[in-house]
Amino acid sequence: MSAVREEAGEERSWSASVVRWVSRLVPRGQWLPDRQPSYVASWIYVFGVAALASLVLVIVTGVVLTVGGVTWWHDSSLGHFVNSLHLWTVEFLFATMVIHLWGKFVMASWRGGRGMTWLTGVFSFLVSIGTAFTGYLIQTNFDSQWISTQAKDGLNSTGVGAAFNVMNFGQMVLYHVALLPLGVLVMVGLHIVLVRRHGVAPPIGAQPPADVVSETAASGSTKGEVA
Amino acid sequence: MVTSPPLPLAIPLDAGFVHWGFVNLSVPNIIVIVTMIVLFVLALVVPFPKDQA
Repeated sequence: MSAVREEAGEERSWSASVVRWVSRLVPRGQWLPDRQPSYVASWIYVFGVAALASLVLVIVTGVVLTVGGVTWWHDSSLGHFVNSLHLWTVEFLFATMVIHLWGKFVMASWRGGRGMTWLTGVFSFLVSIGTAFTGYLIQTNFDSQWISTQAKDGLNSTGVGAAFNVMNFGQMVLYHVALLPLGVLVMVGLHIVLVRRHGVAPPIGAQPPADVVSETAASGSTKGEVA
Repeated sequence: MVTSPPLPLAIPLDAGFVHWGFVNLSVPNIIVIVTMIVLFVLALVVPFPKDQA
């Protein structure tokens, strides 16, 4: 059996299976496409990648803050600057992510088999909110003290207990710099893969190009590519 | 000799709030929300630059 599969060019090792799975995950040429449907030439399609660029800057500035430490971001001019960059890139991330959400909502972007794309976007948003909230808690200033003491009773009323204790600074630091960013990266990664797999959602009423219709019928995908 | 660090110049002050029924929004948050709505509308109506080629 194995010999037959190998003769047919289908090696059975797990690594070969992974390579085949990854290569079939996104249609050929769609990982970094150099062409898009004409309806993508609109400012409303810019906000997804603007959010992604903001996320990269958030991670970079967050890593610098992690290396510098609390005293550095409180007491040095450069630390203040990087701390402010982290804040404002987060503000820009949420602003662009929410405008991206509005744009995708009004064009019902879950159409055409894009339900999971929509859902991974929702989870990206929710995990990002949790990450931002834990960031407020680890500023090590009066603001973070106020927020944590205001939040503790409400959270305790949910029964979450010690699993998410906003008064536990060490736990909140690890939630903010490790656990929740990992969740954001996984969700955003899945979201991007699904966008590349199914293509961007067309506006309501827009006619997909002819080659998209034929490829959709052939593969069950709706990736949407034009010359 | 140990000296205490200088107080930050930008001490957060009351930014002002807008009350409307159960809605209670700070002025800075209103500015951000209005800016986002304006950007959203502009993104829908402003034409995207066309490729000159």
